[in-house]
Order: sequence, then C-alpha cells, then structure tokens
Amino acid sequence: MAQFFAYIQHTDSEIEDTAAELAAVAKAMGADSVTAVVTGSGIDAVASKAAEFFNEVYKLDADALAYPNAEVVRKALTAVLPDGSVILISNSTLAMDLAPGLSVKKDAAYLADITGIEGVDGDTLKAVRTELGGTVSTHVEADLSNGAVITVRPGSFEAVAAGVGGAVSDKTADASDLSAKRKFIEVVVPEAGGVDITKAELLVSIGRGIEDEDNIEIAMELKEAFGSYAEVSCSRPIVDAKWLEPSRQVGTSGKTVKPNVYLALGISGSFQHLGGIKGGLLVAVNKNPNAPIFQVADYGIEADILEFMPALTEKLNDL
Amino acid sequence: MEILVCVKSVPDTGEEEIELDGGQLDRDDLTFVVNEWDNYAVEEAIQIADKVGGSVTVVTVGDEENEDECDEVLRREMAMGAGKALHLMDEAFENSDAKGVATILKSAVEKGNYDLILTGAQADAGYSAVGGMLAAMLDYPYASLVNKIEAGDGKLVIAREIEGGNAEMNEIELPCVLSIQTGINEPRYVGIKGIKQVSGIDIPVLSVDDLDIDGSSVGEDGAKVKRVDYFIPETGEGAEMLEGSDDEIIEKLIEILKANGGMK
Repeated sequence: MAQFFAYIQHTDSEIEDTAAELAAVAKAMGADSVTAVVTGSGIDAVASKAAEFFNEVYKLDADALAYPNAEVVRKALTAVLPDGSVILISNSTLAMDLAPGLSVKKDAAYLADITGIEGVDGDTLKAVRTELGGTVSTHVEADLSNGAVITVRPGSFEAVAAGVGGAVSDKTADASDLSAKRKFIEVVVPEAGGVDITKAELLVSIGRGIEDEDNIEIAMELKEAFGSYAEVSCSRPIVDAKWLEPSRQVGTSGKTVKPNVYLALGISGSFQHLGGIKGGLLVAVNKNPNAPIFQVADYGIEADILEFMPALTEKLNDL
Repeated sequence: MEILVCVKSVPDTGEEEIELDGGQLDRDDLTFVVNEWDNYAVEEAIQIADKVGGSVTVVTVGDEENEDECDEVLRREMAMGAGKALHLMDEAFENSDAKGVATILKSAVEKGNYDLILTGAQADAGYSAVGGMLAAMLDYPYASLVNKIEAGDGKLVIAREIEGGNAEMNEIELPCVLSIQTGINEPRYVGIKGIKQVSGIDIPVLSVDDLDIDGSSVGEDGAKVKRVDYFIPETGEGAEMLEGSDDEIIEKLIEILKANGGMK
C-alpha cells in the first residue's frame, strides 16, 4: 500500500485546526499509518503538535522555508516524499498554489477539494466533491497506482483525537535545492476602515440573488427596518462588482463574523463564504431549493429575495 | 510582452436550480458562457499589453461536441480586445482531466513565444489546477489567486489574495504562469457590435497532430481522474424549511428572530 503523508499548514507556531482532519481522510482511505510533513524555520513546537495526531512527523527546517512560498515548498516535498505516495493537504490559498504543480512533479493523480470518501477499490479511490460553485455534487474516481495529491475541504471530515504521539525525524538534508524563480516579499494587511460588520448582532447579507446594483437599496431598507443593531454584509460577487465596499464581505477572503442571526439572502453558500460565518443562527432565503446553503442553514425559506425583502421590511415597519 | 490567456466555455448555471438527467448535466438545457474568472484574466492581459506593449492571444481546448461554444468564447474575448485566438480541438481531447488540458495547452505554449500565461483562478469544475500544472510542466514559476500585477523588467511584482483578504506580495520571473482572481479589474463590456466586428476573423484550429501530442496522454485515455456522475445532495438535511403563505412565513421568521437575538 502507498505511503500516506499529510502536509501541515501552520501560523504563529499553531498547527491548522484541519490538520487532524487529514489523519481521518487517510484512515477513510485505509491507511494504517500517516506521516505529517511540516515545513518552516524554527518549527520544533509545530512538529511536536503535529506528532499528537500522526504516527510520524517529517520536519523540514530551513530559512528558505520560513514563509510557505509554494514554489519552494513544492521543491522540498518533491525531493523528500517517495514517488507513489498519497499526499493530503487541507484546501487553502496555499494548497491551491502548491498542490497542482506537486501532482505533476510526482506524476500522481490530482483530486481537489474533496468533501467525502466512498472507499478505495484496488487502485481506485472513489470520492465526492462539488462543481459549479457548490451547486452540484459529483462522484469521482482517481487512479492511485502512482500515488495522488489530494486537497480536502476544511470541515468535511471528523478530526481524529490527539494522543497518537509520533516521532519527529529531521528530513531537511533531503531537500538540498530550495531556490525558486518566485520570491516572497511580504504580507500586506488591508487598511481597516469602512463599516465594521463584525459588531452587528444581525447581518442582512446579500449575494448574487440581488441581481442588480439598484437593488442594494432594498437590502439597506430592510436593515433600517430592523434597527441600529443590524448591518448589511455580502458575498464576494457583490464586492467584485463594486456594488458594496470590501469591508462588508464575509468569507475566507473577507471578514469572519459571529452575529446572533445571519440572514443569508440570495447567497448560494460556497464554502469560501461559509468559512467566514463562525456562529449564530443561520437563516437562508433562496429561490433555488437545491442551493447548498440549505444544507447548512438552521432555517430555510424558498423565495425570490427581491419579493421577500420588501415584504419583510413592510411587516417590520408595521410592528 | 507576449501574453497567452487560457479561457474556457462553461455552463451558465447562475442561481437557478440545476436539472440532472440520469446523473448527467443535460447540455441541451444549458447556455454556455465564458468562465467568469477568464474575463478578468483577458482584461488584465489587455491592460498590460496597452501599458508595456505586446500582444494578447486567447486559447481554449475543446472537442467536436462543444466546437460552437468554444468558438463563441474565443470571439467574445477577441471583441474585448485580444488580437489573436487559438482553438485547440480534437476528438482525442474529449473528457480530458485537468492534467490532460494542461498537457494540450503546454504544446500550444511551446509553439509560441509567450512571456506571460494567464488562466482564471478557477472554472466550473472547481479544481483550480490547470495553471499550476501547466507551469510545472513548463518549469515556469507560478502564482495563483493573483489580484494585482505590476510589470517590471524581466519580472513582475504580484499580489496573491490569501486568507482574510490579505495580500501576499511576490516577485516572479518571466516567463511565468499566473491564475487570476476576480476583482483584479473591471472587465470591459462587450456589445453585439463588438462581436459582429470579429465574426469574420479566421481562428486557427489545431488538432492533436498539429500540436504533436500523444493522443493517449490526453482525453479519456490519459485521465487519472474521472467524474462518474453528478448528483444533488438531499436538501433540508440541515435547514428546517419554513412553509406556508408569504405572511405565515414572515410571521414564523419574526418569531425565530425574536427567540435568537435577531430582533431588538
């Protein structure tokens, strides 16, 4: 059987919450043992944390790996991991940068953003993922005969418990060439400013279902009808269209929010958007009964938001 | 700067309910449009070429089945301002996985002399893979999710959009491959008049032989990853759907909001 590896992402000496989910994915694929791979500079603490969930930990500790420049990490993993391995990575902006090229260098199958495992039959992995912005799911088969690189949607698998206690081995010497034609400069944090949606107790959050810039006003009127504890937020397409300012965007590339109630209006529910909602009651209104947001919402209403919002505003104003 | 932009014709599913027929999408029921991310990539290429000089070529991969959709997409991007187009089409390309598509594109890249290759950050299948694979095959540097480009001498300074909306600044040597994130610019509008102006242009169509590709390395035969079927997961697994007349639904919603701190 192929060897299983999990690439561990980390910030400020803490491993990502999803690291232990990768151990669960390997288990679902029938792995007896999983090796964590940690890259960085001065990462002993990170390696020890990874050892709580994995049978073994490979540590690659070098200045060139201090920031996870995907071009450098790819070179390191290509050199250190044996051909034919199954390499698991939690889906993230780093994973998207790293994983496709790694699969080419390893001549391995590439499966992106899987949400479930149905099983392994010989050399064939049967898995589940989504297409068309999450609006439809698919069964996929991947040929594992020469290994695979698989990215996993965060939150799709139940994390394994800590307490495995694997040994850490230093593999830095196996990755001698860490040069790259892309150089990391710095991370720039966008200037604070604009509306602070993270303080609102109720978010009136709009997505593509708003259809037109002129309809933004309808959402603003609904917010007014609630009161000063409410604010208008949105999903990414609304900011891309420049209909609302970036400070109102909820999601992995926007703000993380935790209101009492999140009212998702005409938002289909991509995982990038849902990644920004960290608590509270989720109520979704969408005209598509199969919108993925209904999988995760507490309450759902099948309706066209352009009719629903004015009706709700009127009712609130009459109270 | 010679720029190649890889574009794709995708089903326009919008916010509507998707209908499946025996676990497959019914192509006859769908309208096809250019992948949203690709429009941003083409706009960015045009703006770079306007600023520093050079040319923009758009390329797509297809088979006989989607010949018209591919041609339409290429002409739409030419109407935006791309000067040249390449239509890579062969029966052997059908059902290629992301690696197959990257293999086909690699051959087209090697027949040209491009400094910069752009793709959309993702498309309909959500793999976000072709750009990174193409770069690895060519041994060019790669960066994904790019939302800012400044052209310099023999290199670019680029921003990647990472978690929290932060910008990861990088310097990248040319030639390189970048995948473009939405929001990097405002893609220009294409009207019917613009489409008409490019309707007569002859777009070169290149086959597996023209591109010197081993047909067994692409298409169904070369694919290590195959989609078996589509399915719609059970709805309402999570959400309790509020039913009734419009008035009743709104009454129920207000009660729920009151009980959960959503009304003051």
